[in-house]
Amino acid sequence: MTLWPCSPWLAVDEVEALQAFLREKAEGDLFSWQHQLAAAERFALSIAAVEAAILAADLLPARYQRNRAMLSTQQQARLFRSRVAVIGCGGLGGYVLEELARLGVGQIVAIDSDHFEEHNLNRQLLSSPGTLGQVKVAAAAQRIAEINPAVTVRAVQAHISRANGRDLLADADCVVDAVDNVATRLDLDAICSELKIPLVHGAIAGWYGHVATVYPGEDSLRKIFRHWAGGKGIEQQLGNPSFTPAVIASMEAAEVCKVLLGVGAPLRNRLLTFNLLDMEVVEIPL
Amino acid sequence: MKVTVKLFATFRVDRFDIESREYPDGTVVEQIVDELELPREKLGIVMVNSRHVDLDRELRDGDTLALFPLVGGG
Repeated sequence: MTLWPCSPWLAVDEVEALQAFLREKAEGDLFSWQHQLAAAERFALSIAAVEAAILAADLLPARYQRNRAMLSTQQQARLFRSRVAVIGCGGLGGYVLEELARLGVGQIVAIDSDHFEEHNLNRQLLSSPGTLGQVKVAAAAQRIAEINPAVTVRAVQAHISRANGRDLLADADCVVDAVDNVATRLDLDAICSELKIPLVHGAIAGWYGHVATVYPGEDSLRKIFRHWAGGKGIEQQLGNPSFTPAVIASMEAAEVCKVLLGVGAPLRNRLLTFNLLDMEVVEIPL
Repeated sequence: MKVTVKLFATFRVDRFDIESREYPDGTVVEQIVDELELPREKLGIVMVNSRHVDLDRELRDGDTLALFPLVGGG
């Protein structure tokens, strides 16, 4: 039986009309953006509902055609049904959000309490002179709506904590740690462990960065920050350039893709460290 | 006794990448951290022979100590 996620909004004859429309307008197994827009208008559906219908009909929205050599239509549909929470919409988070939206993750929760300031402009993808002063999660929602309107975004302007974390993350399939301080990272680790949600961790400082993926029950973050004494890392002295967040965020996005699809070998119980000054990559067992 | 000390990222600046160094028996990790003037509040991963250790871990002849700075930005 074919599931039609949009069917609660459509009568049976309208579902049949939509199916016929999809079959008629498909080119091979690809469905173009132009016709996705037309379907949304004709059947009074959201772009997301049409995307669900396209994928349920085993068709691929044409925007994903360059994914198809590595992702099947079924896997693309699985990404579309997935919900990922990205905590932090700054250096790492901006790139993570961009990549997850273009990848086709269907539901993204963006969480950050901050707004853009001038010192963000050297590296934070969502920042520009025009967004100075703007709330970061609002810029995130706007950017995602612009690049992939099929993605449903929930923008939450808040600092995540053990108090609100359970409610904000409860329905996530994967959580991305893109925050800028160790205390929040450890809180996130505790919340994800309790909720049994995989956590993709990334951190940066100057030329350096690292990434790891933590499944429930693994104590990777407590090992990484075993000697943490309460302060900031070397990012306090070094700051962060434009490229380090892009490198580590891309590693995080790749890990999220693998976690959601259950493919490949995620960075479980190992920390991959990057030294971009000497171009040295070291894997640390955790 | 001889201990191989490997430093990473900013810990290398004005120090070294890797060195075989002589220490008296009974030396613990913390003493080497202090001798190298590495800021304790900026310590990240600390491993002896690829195992994570506390700072009071006593070193033995032939051990390899790896020290990474704390990286926490986003």
